[in-house]
Amino acid sequence: MDLRGLIGRWPVIRQLRGEDGRGSAARSARTDALRPRTAEADTVARSVCPYCAVGCGQLVYAKDGRVTQIEGDPDSPISRGRLCPKGAASKQLVTHPGRQTTVLYRRPYGTEWESLDLATAMDMIADRVMATRRETWQETVDGKVVRRTLGLASLGGATLDNEENYLMKKLYTALGAIQVENQARI
Amino acid sequence: MAECHPVGFQWVMEAKARGAKVFHIDPRFTRTSAMADAHLPIRAGSDIVLLGALINHVLKGAHDFREYVLAYTNASAIISEDFRDTEDLDGLFSGFQADNASYDPASWSYEGEDVPREREEQARGGRVHAGSASADQYGSGGPSAHPTPHTDPTLTDRRCVYQLLAYHFARYTPKLVEELCGIPRADFQRLANAIVANSGRERTTAWVYSVGWTQHTVGAQYIRAASILQLLLGNIGRPGGGILALRGHASIQGSTDIPTLFNILPGYMPMPHAELHETLEDYLGYAAGDTGFWGNKRSYLVSLLKAWWGDSATADNDFRFGYMPRITGDHGTYATVFGQIDGTVKGYFVIGENPAVGSAGGRAQRLGLANLDWLVVRDLVPIETATFWKDGPEIETGELRTADIGTEVFFLPAASHVEKEGTFTQTQRLLQWREKAVEPPGDCRSDLWFYYHLGKLLRERAGDTEMDAPLRDLTWDYPEEGEHADPSAEAVLREINGTGPDGRALSSYLDLAPDGSTRCGCWIYCGVFADEVNQAARRKPGREQSLVAPEWGWAWPLNRRILYNRASADPQGRPWSERKSYIVWDPDRREWTGPDVPDFEKDKPPDYVPPPGATAQAAIAGDAPFIMQTDGKGWLFAPAGLADGPLPTHYEPDESPVPNTLYGTRASPARKTYRRPDNPANPVAGTRFPYVLTTYRLTEHHTAGGMSRSLAHLAELQPEMFCEVSPQLAAELGLDNGGWATIITSRAAIEARVLVSARVRPLRVAGRTVHQIGVPYHWGWAGGGLVTGDAANDLLGIVLDPNVYIQESKAATCDVLPGRRPRGAALRALIEEYRRE
Repeated sequence: MDLRGLIGRWPVIRQLRGEDGRGSAARSARTDALRPRTAEADTVARSVCPYCAVGCGQLVYAKDGRVTQIEGDPDSPISRGRLCPKGAASKQLVTHPGRQTTVLYRRPYGTEWESLDLATAMDMIADRVMATRRETWQETVDGKVVRRTLGLASLGGATLDNEENYLMKKLYTALGAIQVENQARI
Repeated sequence: MAECHPVGFQWVMEAKARGAKVFHIDPRFTRTSAMADAHLPIRAGSDIVLLGALINHVLKGAHDFREYVLAYTNASAIISEDFRDTEDLDGLFSGFQADNASYDPASWSYEGEDVPREREEQARGGRVHAGSASADQYGSGGPSAHPTPHTDPTLTDRRCVYQLLAYHFARYTPKLVEELCGIPRADFQRLANAIVANSGRERTTAWVYSVGWTQHTVGAQYIRAASILQLLLGNIGRPGGGILALRGHASIQGSTDIPTLFNILPGYMPMPHAELHETLEDYLGYAAGDTGFWGNKRSYLVSLLKAWWGDSATADNDFRFGYMPRITGDHGTYATVFGQIDGTVKGYFVIGENPAVGSAGGRAQRLGLANLDWLVVRDLVPIETATFWKDGPEIETGELRTADIGTEVFFLPAASHVEKEGTFTQTQRLLQWREKAVEPPGDCRSDLWFYYHLGKLLRERAGDTEMDAPLRDLTWDYPEEGEHADPSAEAVLREINGTGPDGRALSSYLDLAPDGSTRCGCWIYCGVFADEVNQAARRKPGREQSLVAPEWGWAWPLNRRILYNRASADPQGRPWSERKSYIVWDPDRREWTGPDVPDFEKDKPPDYVPPPGATAQAAIAGDAPFIMQTDGKGWLFAPAGLADGPLPTHYEPDESPVPNTLYGTRASPARKTYRRPDNPANPVAGTRFPYVLTTYRLTEHHTAGGMSRSLAHLAELQPEMFCEVSPQLAAELGLDNGGWATIITSRAAIEARVLVSARVRPLRVAGRTVHQIGVPYHWGWAGGGLVTGDAANDLLGIVLDPNVYIQESKAATCDVLPGRRPRGAALRALIEEYRRE
């Protein structure tokens, strides 16, 4: 490439020549090579915004197993491609550095968090559920059969999937746990 | 709506562009007010006065849609001569029992309800159900009333519903609206005129509400009041009409349909009650005789039991009905908190929720958490509910010491919405399937993974005891997928949908059988997997469909987008007007047709008359659109199903700075209270707490902040907890814009930046000036937040609506002082000082 041509394409020179500095004269080889993250994605998942209950469609772009962009889905008859400030920020929700990605454990009377292996935590939780259930089991109340425990309780948020709520209710009912509640009460 | 459901609000703006009038009724001026034709500031907690006055306006002026009212509502039904109105009893209905602050609803029934079973059921079942947040569920699954009551089609009998309404609301006048709501008469008149002018054959009016209507001790009655108004004007079941609940969370509708709620089973069937439901036959006792679609509840329940206990559930063992635990009363989330404080609740799962900040009575919540044996918290960030033991407000005041708190805490990181697949049910009952975009990082897992694998571990630990039999026999075999052995969400959705005797997915709840040959996890979701296709995953672009867009996702029931849409046609099945044509009867093809799925049996002709003794849907006439009701009618007057009266009545909030000038009964006599030292109430008399406190949300944050305070963009947009006060109150108290204020109730004192704004206006109420203070409730002291602040919910007491056990978050009283709050022990001392006076 000859030097004169290279200098001639330098945006400053083009702007000095009188071309519009806000338009084509501002372009460089670098800007010409820029591609939107959405074009470079390996996959696009059709999803739904997790905040309010309008249910805006989201397109989740991912590359190399990481979310690179979340945009409104123009196909959605509900949202027509729009997202509000929360929905538009939801890429941060799933990628921000403050997300906790390991198990934290606080022993009784402990003053600091400790780390714990996930499988160990699951076993410990299962042991506690069975023990608490056994210790607080009620077969009858005032002569009526109840077959339950009041020793266990659960409170869920309303960003739980239907499938998740279903397994929760099913498992708790089989355990005899009745104090099962949700943001939907609040 | 523009604040909290911004993208949904685009449709309001579309309507406005086409000539719709938009009124915004709200204590504060918001982005919705800015776009509306009129903003009517209202005193928090006074909406039944406004709605009652609109009802009175419609009745006095004979503006009701008479043909619709006569055909589709119970306006002509005659009510028992034992019934007495609040006008007769100074704010009480007949049947009030002062000893336990509850109603015996027997005297509210239709005349001619001489079927002794129903009488007995109302007298007995009514009270028991009201004692377990299920006043709506007399019998099992829907209140029963006589399908063919005595009527007076001339609407002149003084005991007919229409006349009872007129009598009940006669004193709800524009003058009263001005007095109690603070809305000037001229503004009320504009609203009333617009509503009447935009209802009838040619036009419809819609009401849109959120928790501003539900979080009150009379919340269910707010919705009832709007229902009465909309039924009188013919605005239910028609395009452009309705009462639209804008729910606040992605799947809060789904969390009710497939409930993680103590009092119901999937599909709004009641949890078995120890006193009423010893056996399956007790539970279904009224099923055989029930009319309307609840008449099939044997099929719904038996199919659920078969889904859960599979081959072990047989007719001989009542399909394992005995495996279900029994409720005995109030087991709601607030009762649970008091159970924690009292030591009966030992272990607590908190799943994507932050009660230490997000539930009323924050201090009580944290005292409960501190008294547990163990606590499991699953979330994206270590929210305050997980960290209260080291940094909670009670640590700061010295009430609790970390080293004294015995609670064992497990924090398990959760997968986000893009790291798992599954369905949300949004606010229009629409299920939308989400595809998984990426695997969750590290130890993060979906809640589906957590409960599935916890269930496996618990089943491994189950012994051969009778107590463990429900766990052993539970159907719990879902295909596992991927590196983390995730259970297949699609397999769970298919189980929810249900399968027939051949093992194939069912396509309609009408196919459910009472004999155990079908399985279905939630009858109202039956059809979401019709033809073995995940219907919730359908994504035909909106622009390629009609406005109804029936091929985007799937709405329960049976993909119906407008409920009770039979009412969009007249009794003969013709459209009320060409403009408002929706579902109509095609006499040639002998079926209902239109752009939506008819919410009616497709081939039931308009002139169908039920034979004597008919049950279930066969008992619903061809001109009765409200098919879930036993009589197929819209209930202007509720002869059964409410814990606090058959008609909405204005009561002051539990805490209010003004008296109830309508009745001697000040607040709702049936409201649910927990009077205990850890849940004090502000005194009603006196001047210690002179201001109205109301809570709200901001566009840029989400509930208790766990999903928003940790995001840089949102934290920057709304960086700090604030209180909104009027310039007049700011001047009175010496508050500076941008400075600090301390807000005090008998529960807590919190600090907030002061936002002096004309968006909050002082109101003239009951002859005095009433100041309202607005506080958002998104902040907490930690929670992985990039921005932190005091929690508004700490200010609120725990007092509930007696129908649904939802707390009164929208109206309380408080005091305000300039400056920051005291620290340490001085903070409790300040609150104690207020409580002493």
